[in-house]
Amino acid sequence: MSADMLPLITKALGETVYMVVVSMIISSILGIPLGVLLHTTSKGQILECLPINRVVGAIVNAIRSIPFIILMVAIIPLTRLIVGSAIGTTAAMVPLVLASVPFIGRQVETSLREIPYGIVEAAQSMGATPLQIIRKVFLPEAMPNIVAQLTTVIISLIGESAMAGAIGGGGLGDLAIRYGYQRFRPDIMIATVIVLIIMVQIVQFAGNKLAKHLDKR
Amino acid sequence: MIDLSHIEKIYDSAAGPVHALKDISLHINKGEIYGIIGLSGAGKSTLVRCINLLERPTKGTVTIEGKDITAMNNSELREARKGIGMIFQHFNLLSTSTVFDNVAFPLQLSNTPKDKINSRVTELLDMVGLADKADQYPSQLSGGQKQRVGIARALASNPQILLCDEATSALDPQTTKSILQLIKDINRKLKLTVVVITHEMQVIKEICDKVAVIDKGVIAEQGDVLDVFITPQKPITKEFISVLLSNELPVDFRHIEIKDEPFEDSILLMRLTFIGETANDPIISSLVKKYDVSADLFFGSLDDIKGAPFGRLIIGLDGSQNDIHAAMDYLREQKVKMEVIGYVSRHASSHH
Ligand SMILES: Nc1ncnc2c1ncn2[C@@H]1O[C@H](COP(=O)(O)OP(=O)(O)OP(=O)(O)O)[C@@H](O)[C@H]1O
Ligand SMILES: [Mg+2]
Repeated sequence: MSADMLPLITKALGETVYMVVVSMIISSILGIPLGVLLHTTSKGQILECLPINRVVGAIVNAIRSIPFIILMVAIIPLTRLIVGSAIGTTAAMVPLVLASVPFIGRQVETSLREIPYGIVEAAQSMGATPLQIIRKVFLPEAMPNIVAQLTTVIISLIGESAMAGAIGGGGLGDLAIRYGYQRFRPDIMIATVIVLIIMVQIVQFAGNKLAKHLDKR
Repeated sequence: MIDLSHIEKIYDSAAGPVHALKDISLHINKGEIYGIIGLSGAGKSTLVRCINLLERPTKGTVTIEGKDITAMNNSELREARKGIGMIFQHFNLLSTSTVFDNVAFPLQLSNTPKDKINSRVTELLDMVGLADKADQYPSQLSGGQKQRVGIARALASNPQILLCDEATSALDPQTTKSILQLIKDINRKLKLTVVVITHEMQVIKEICDKVAVIDKGVIAEQGDVLDVFITPQKPITKEFISVLLSNELPVDFRHIEIKDEPFEDSILLMRLTFIGETANDPIISSLVKKYDVSADLFFGSLDDIKGAPFGRLIIGLDGSQNDIHAAMDYLREQKVKMEVIGYVSRHASSHH
């Protein structure tokens, strides 16, 4: 192990964590309401509106069917428009968010669909408004599942952020490609992989714990 | 209090329209426990859900305390629903909320201040006997306890009406009894109007004042529980009652010939039903004293419906035709419901 490795890895890890955390926060803020919209506008639901449901669903499906690496390149003009540049850690977050929002949307929708409709009806029988049902029934009841699914999203974000890094976004993926591959430094390659594995383990462990803690069923 | 007028409900399903309710009109008085009984698929749930418009009738109006709720807009309807509590077969509690928070839920919906919520929830949990379970989650409760939480929740916003859709169907007989008792107590204490949906006559017998029998989306029969029990008109009603009262003939008579006309060595079998006070009167012994007949008792049961004694006998009268007819006339004068079964051979039951 050489002297330059530790600072390289720490810096790259910092960039990866930054990318993942910030894109995760933005994606959740957009993705959870998207999931609620997908669920509540579906047939027989409290805000049933099939035209909206179909259009939004089709857009979500379309984005989800594009492989991340292609999405990343394809939206470079958009990225430039939003962050002013197509290169760098911040720029990498645009495709990360764009890919995660529909993913989270579908995951949240699935969680909400598992809530027995009887609970929703009970709330309706007590005079709850649709917004109250969303805030006080859907989200709390689905929270254990949503947490478990957001854990999966974080893990795929770690992977995608490594890809984004490889085209100039920094982070662990960038490090592995530039040093481990292009400069023939297998030690750095191995260290990067180990750091990634540990990260994923920690996220999965913490996610499981939290989901279990929230689950009172 | 509750007026359903010409309610029709047609569901559109993949297999075509389902006519779940057909021209149903019902009037439910304030403070009454009104039972609606029917077989599976008869339309009971649809009917009770039409009362708070969880299901919107295809036709007809629902009037509650003089207000036509079918004509209300969404926000008026939400307000009206706060006056109508509902409990469910599968309880429908929030699994991620404690017992306390479940009961507090309707109060939070109407932005009740925290200290008011605290005192009200505590009072309600006391009433349903779950004061010590406030911090537990529904998954930690038994079915009966969950239904008690459901009841407390339904009463939180002081409704005047409580709708119960098969509220005891998921519970064992013992727990059913205690939940029914609780509903009855609440009905008395709070002068609450209660609508009970069930497929068990036991439930009707236990707590209801009035009953409507619903069959294939139509009200087959309705009236006071006692009247319906004693003089059921429709086969379906008789069916429901027979489950409860073992209306069958005693085993000894099931396989022998029952004739409409008297014959050599025959006795006349009849079924007698006594209600209220008369159930305790010694009618049979005075009958035997007054007329030259003998009466063999083949079957007897004493039940009660809403606290009123309800006796049932099957007797065999033996004597001359004249005496038997005189005895029957006497029985008719009493407050006894008499039903002739037929003539059977005296020897068929000789070992009695
Ligand atoms: N949402 C629906 N869509 C289509 N048909 C329905 C729907 N809900 C009920 N039905 C039909 O309406 C009829 C009455 O149903 P309902 O649930 O009211 O019966 P029920 O008396 O409550 O039966 P159970 O004792 O099984 O609960 C049935 O034929 C049922 O299949
Ligand atoms: Mg039902």
